[in-house]
Amino acid sequence: MNRRFSWFNATSLTLGFVFLYLPMIILIIFSFNSSKLVTVWAGFSTKWYGELLGNKAFLDAAWVTLKVAVLSSTLATVLGTMAAYVLVRAGRFAGRTLFSGMIYAPLVMPEVITGLAMLLLFISIGMDRGVSTIVLAHTTFTMCYVSVVVSSRLVTFDKSLEEAALDLGCTPFDAFRSVTLPIIAPAVISGWLLAFTLSLDDLVIASFAAGPSSTTLPMKIFSSVRLGVSPEINALSTLMIGIVTVGVITASLVSKRSIARQRAEEQAAARA
Amino acid sequence: MNLRRLVLIATPYLWLVVFFLVPFVIVFKIALSDYAISIPPYTPTLDLSAGWEGIKSFFGALDFENFTFLASDALYWKAYLSSLQIAAISTVITLLVGYPIAYGMAQASDEWRPTLMMLVILPFWTSFLIRVYSWIGILSNEGFLNQFLLWLGIIDTPLTILNTNAAVYVGIVYTYLPFMVLPIYSALEKLDGSLIEAAEDLGCSRAQAFWLITLPLSKPGVIAGCFLVFIPALGEFVIPSILGGSSTLMIGKVLFEEFFSNRDWPVASAVAVVLLLILIVPIILFQRNEQKQREANQ
Amino acid sequence: MAQPANRPVFAPWNDPAEKPLIRFQNVTKKFGEFVAIDDLTLDIFRREFFALLGPSGCGKTTLMRMLAGFEAPTSGTILLDGVDIAPIPPNKRATNMMFQSYALFPHLTVWDNIAFGLKRSDMPKDRIPARVEEMLRLVRLEKFAKRKPHQISGGQRQRVALARSLAKAPKLLLLDEPLGALDKKLRQDTQFELMDIQEKTGTTFVIVTHDQEEAMTVASRVAVMDHGKMIQVDTPDRIYESPNSVYVADFIGDVNIVEGAARPNGDKYAIAWAEGQPEIAATSADTIAPGTKVHFAIRPEKVAIASERPEGRANVIEGTVSDIAYLGNISTYKVEVAGGRMIKAQVANERRLARRDITWDDKVWLSFTDTAGIVLQQ
Repeated sequence: MNRRFSWFNATSLTLGFVFLYLPMIILIIFSFNSSKLVTVWAGFSTKWYGELLGNKAFLDAAWVTLKVAVLSSTLATVLGTMAAYVLVRAGRFAGRTLFSGMIYAPLVMPEVITGLAMLLLFISIGMDRGVSTIVLAHTTFTMCYVSVVVSSRLVTFDKSLEEAALDLGCTPFDAFRSVTLPIIAPAVISGWLLAFTLSLDDLVIASFAAGPSSTTLPMKIFSSVRLGVSPEINALSTLMIGIVTVGVITASLVSKRSIARQRAEEQAAARA
Repeated sequence: MNLRRLVLIATPYLWLVVFFLVPFVIVFKIALSDYAISIPPYTPTLDLSAGWEGIKSFFGALDFENFTFLASDALYWKAYLSSLQIAAISTVITLLVGYPIAYGMAQASDEWRPTLMMLVILPFWTSFLIRVYSWIGILSNEGFLNQFLLWLGIIDTPLTILNTNAAVYVGIVYTYLPFMVLPIYSALEKLDGSLIEAAEDLGCSRAQAFWLITLPLSKPGVIAGCFLVFIPALGEFVIPSILGGSSTLMIGKVLFEEFFSNRDWPVASAVAVVLLLILIVPIILFQRNEQKQREANQ
Repeated sequence: MAQPANRPVFAPWNDPAEKPLIRFQNVTKKFGEFVAIDDLTLDIFRREFFALLGPSGCGKTTLMRMLAGFEAPTSGTILLDGVDIAPIPPNKRATNMMFQSYALFPHLTVWDNIAFGLKRSDMPKDRIPARVEEMLRLVRLEKFAKRKPHQISGGQRQRVALARSLAKAPKLLLLDEPLGALDKKLRQDTQFELMDIQEKTGTTFVIVTHDQEEAMTVASRVAVMDHGKMIQVDTPDRIYESPNSVYVADFIGDVNIVEGAARPNGDKYAIAWAEGQPEIAATSADTIAPGTKVHFAIRPEKVAIASERPEGRANVIEGTVSDIAYLGNISTYKVEVAGGRMIKAQVANERRLARRDITWDDKVWLSFTDTAGIVLQQ
């Protein structure tokens, strides 16, 4: 695409990013508002953060959410990577079409349907709902995202590297562990991150899968948001936005630096 | 076939069968059952201990009654139609908002693009719920938008936006904008700049070159973006519940309420089955577009 | 370009009465600090096939893009038919360009690609089909009119791009590395086709290339560029036989360059190039002051090689064969002479299976006439 700076482009980008970011910026600013009235500025205060940290229900919900997210995203990464490997490398086997269908279907399935189906399963097999059922439900839908991320990396991966490992005496499992896995590791990590955020973020599926005793943070936020804006939620949102922003920027800086280092090394090698 | 390969294939396969396929079979089964005040709140239940007779009576009791109920009750088909309409309108608005952004990104200089890309993706990592929530304070009667418009003197009484369909459009456009921008951007970025120069060289004005070359060649990205917005918007639950009003009918919300408030599981299941059937058409069209893209790239 | 004997020689650049089609007047183009074109002045005449030749980054593409209107000169003027073209946007210029990537519109058929420019010209709608058919015939693609660009071969795409850019009958056709994407055999065939089409349509062609052989084959005149400057603008034979600088001599074809100090010797010059070696006798049209450092350039095919010392040659140099490259039609001998210098000699392999009496490490004599080489002061 040829690059031409124009006022039209500058304007549309500016307006677009204002649209994307202004609501969150307002949220952050008003989390420091001392008034309970969330649309009138009454001076700077951090009291809502204090109240938030003193609110046991929120802290409990946050703890449940974190537990679920770590467990389900780890499980999903293992299963999703296996599924990706099967999709890209296992060749033909009976029921392959059904398998790839089951991988892609959850990506486009409305959450209400997935959640409903999960709940009905847990009830029919008589499973008590709680953290474990949320983990199972989250693992199932996030593993599909992991497998899409990992398989897109596997597709571009030079198969002859694995063949070289086999040729040099590796067993297929050795070849996977010592050659394939290190190379697809960045994709596996981003798969894990994606699964983790999806799990943290999920309201609908968790609402179906959770029992009365286990409430996740999104469920807690949702029930208080239905009552309207509250400064405590603003404070909580600010914390969550802050964590994500720091995380994403760090990740992008790390990957940028490793790309830069690789490039520098390649140039040094080319000069040598 | 060696054991390792079997384990490798069977583990994710069985997981998906048990936790994805079987639940859907259950949904279909319950959609064909009847509502009952019992635990679980539907009949029949499969009684395997009664042997063949049990299975026969089980299948004999299944019927399409719930679906005729859905068809006869105006609430449901209105909810489907209104979901389709809201999803379609928001998709069009998202396209109109997203295309200029994607175009601007594609024309930006190389050093700016990664930053712009990150700026588009960043909201995707932040909580969906929070992003929807952030609009309550803007759209409410005392909200920032009304304050701003009153201050400008454009209006003299606050506009009611929150709890209307308009707020739902805003919510959908806002949360799904990255899904529209990214595929269009990737289509525009691949576009060879010399094509535009060639068009100008052959007598096109800039606007004509955009209309005749850029737009048709970004069509696959536009189609992908539209489906990526339309499909999830159709079954959306969070946005209509938070931003929409009591008059906002969306099928995801109806399903949720049918299940949790009315505890009518068979009808909720039937609602889900019909929603799935509606979704199959755009999903197949989307897959076909992706397939065509893959083939074109080879 | 070879001209039939019964036609007057095509050389408008030698005719002071001839008005140029394009005139660059002191054109400079900068990208930030980088000077792409440096105070360049150049005339190109009607019906010329003009080649811009140089390594990548020499400014040849920038020069062409300024003609097409995609870049504007930082200073200086470009006249097309005597009119300053700076204020005219690309879509209003009477020039058309054939892009290096061909830039065929992938969503349009061959037919629609060729008709694209015509639809945006003032040509009446009903005359467009006839013109498209005519162009399709010209490039022999009548059968492929309904295909999309990805359904035809690389060579066919190249011809579609040519037809598309010629369809509007531009005053000037710009070709940016038009044959770069084709393999060698196809490229050679296409070069002759291009010349044929240029002659048929009478259009002025300006071609950008980094392939010196291509420039020599197709062009009426070749401009050798380096670092935004014109080094030499001349006909292909003069560029080859009378390069004006070491740069041009080295850039075009294979050449031996020997450094030395020149002194006049009668109507010739003698060049001392190595201790204890006979001076090289050479002629030059320029006057050279005694003691000037010069480069003596001689093409390998003008150097003879023999295992016996030849008689009656103006220059004879003794050496040892260090390498032999057999290329089928010719063989190149790399011979080490005094001071470790290498001189290449080329011999046509006229006979099949000739007994080659010269081999590695043989002592040989290189010889050439006093007009075979050229003395360069820069």
